[in-house]
Amino acid sequence: MLDIRNLTVAVGDNKADGHKTILKDLSLNVEDGEVHVIFGPNGSGKTTLVQTLLGYPGYTIEEGTITFNGTDITTLSINERANLGLGVVFQYPPAVRGVKLNDMANLVSGHKGSDEIFDETAEYAKKLNMTEFLNRDVNHGFSGGEKKRAEVLQVLLQSPQMLLLDEPDSGVDVENVEIIGRMLNKFLQRDLKPMARKKSAIIITHLGYLLNFVKTDRAHVLCNGQFLCSGDSKEIYENILKNGFDKCENSCLYSVREEDANGCATKE
Amino acid sequence: MLDLNPGDFEIQDADAHEQVDSVGELSEEMKEKLTRIGLTLADESGAGTYLQRDQTASLCHQKSANVEVIPIKQAMATYDWVQGYYWNVIKPDTDKFTQDAADQDASIQGYFIHGLPGQIERLPVQTCLYVESRNTRQIVHNVIIAEEGSEINIITGCVAHGGIGRAMHEGISEFYVKKNAKITFTMIHEWQEQMEVRPRTAIMLEDNASFINNYIVLKPVNTIQTNPIAYLNGDNSRVMFQTIVYGRQDSKMDLGTRAMLVGKNTSAEIISRIITADNANIVARGLIAGQGTGCKGHLECRGLLLSNTSRIDSIPELDAKNPDVSITHEAAVGKISQDEINYLMARGATEDEATAMIINGFLSFDLSELPPEIAADTKKLVDKTMKGL
Repeated sequence: MLDIRNLTVAVGDNKADGHKTILKDLSLNVEDGEVHVIFGPNGSGKTTLVQTLLGYPGYTIEEGTITFNGTDITTLSINERANLGLGVVFQYPPAVRGVKLNDMANLVSGHKGSDEIFDETAEYAKKLNMTEFLNRDVNHGFSGGEKKRAEVLQVLLQSPQMLLLDEPDSGVDVENVEIIGRMLNKFLQRDLKPMARKKSAIIITHLGYLLNFVKTDRAHVLCNGQFLCSGDSKEIYENILKNGFDKCENSCLYSVREEDANGCATKE
Repeated sequence: MLDLNPGDFEIQDADAHEQVDSVGELSEEMKEKLTRIGLTLADESGAGTYLQRDQTASLCHQKSANVEVIPIKQAMATYDWVQGYYWNVIKPDTDKFTQDAADQDASIQGYFIHGLPGQIERLPVQTCLYVESRNTRQIVHNVIIAEEGSEINIITGCVAHGGIGRAMHEGISEFYVKKNAKITFTMIHEWQEQMEVRPRTAIMLEDNASFINNYIVLKPVNTIQTNPIAYLNGDNSRVMFQTIVYGRQDSKMDLGTRAMLVGKNTSAEIISRIITADNANIVARGLIAGQGTGCKGHLECRGLLLSNTSRIDSIPELDAKNPDVSITHEAAVGKISQDEINYLMARGATEDEATAMIINGFLSFDLSELPPEIAADTKKLVDKTMKGL
């Protein structure tokens, strides 16, 4: 479904403008129905990866391609990618004054510009305890958990084929992580057999708390803009919890670390 | 920038335009104009109607028994006591425009709206001040009184005739909101590029009185200068002013609002949302003076600049004269946040759609103080005007 090939990305639009390479020769393939998790400490390039996949300005793709369902989306605009079926739960969604959560719901569910609260919206809002928020300015004055639930509401209505979740469990209390986790599990069809699943996701996290509620297929550790290793989600997560990021390589199925990688590993 | 000599403009005769008994007798163009600024004048569904073309009180009728709507000069001829409200809360020597209006009193017309004691009228009184002739100076003097326990809802449109060229509007409006009374006043300005506009407004509030003001300017104008003042003399009285402005082309506006919190536990909320494009230059002033014990005030100005050659100058002023008052302000002026545009695009909107959603949202306002039908009409009208932007 999503194929990232040899992606090298810099921030800043040109070399004079504080240009810095963040992602280095990154490759990742997510098949239909798979849920991958990307771990990585602060500053490892997780947000750059999400924003590059979304097509945000300010990132220069120096090399590599991003293919989504067979379409090369490397140079497509943010909305073109969204309309192809790429959805996102943001870590820090901005407040947009005057734009109601329901306006966002209508935007993603094909009712652009309507003021009406449609049944599907009302139904999801009820499940997420967000009914009272539909007529409020999106994210304005929302708590951490409310913002996340508002994000989840929007992507459930958008029903993208590929969902990116940027730190879905940061700044959220246990109860909210559970609500969000339950809804995502259902959306990602984790109750079906693997072959029957059609929705895919990449969960980006440095906490991994959501993994207690959402089953994942595979994990990757991002350090200094490169994947240090990939493998079984549970093993890698447990290893990170025990030893920190620098020793997680031990639990990887294979390592992609090069000799001179100064990643997050502490030199011994 | 905003200096102007009223004498450069001519005052039309009171009989320059026809007087009609019903909207049906107006020209199609006039009806279309009125509908566009939202006055459902056309179906005469409100509590009363007043239309002034230049200096002619062209149409005036009332349907409701709760509120009187008559031309001011007729009101003064009918009731001696109206004189006591005329040039009362506004004094002729306030500035050269008020002085001009006082000097030209013989030519002046305007509306008198009178909410009768204890009568609550939820249907709107609709008024329209129409500047129709080239190089004209329309002078209007309005007196609005809500007697004890009454409620009046007014929608007023100020309009200039298409292609009118240079012209001027001077408007004196004196509001009296008595004990336990309420007035909502929604004013839509739809002038033309070369109009010079000088409204002069003052509001006097008694105990437990409320005054809700919505002021909307979405069309270009040459200059507007106005700085209404509310005297909250009565205990527990309150005011809310919302100003929504989209400044375009070479529009220059100096828009203020002043609230004098004199009585105990009085409150004022002054909110402005300003967008500038092209070469528009807008000054947004606000003053809350807190004197009465327990009074509260909040001043909020938010501005969006859509062009590099436009300007927003926000000047908030808080004046506390009593330790037991709470007055605050917040202001934020800048361009549209790229982060917000990206966010909406990530949900599938094109860049243009995202920008339009943000602008529409920015210009949306709280209509919860209006009766539902008037709120719906006002919203419809603003949406309609926005579509044309």
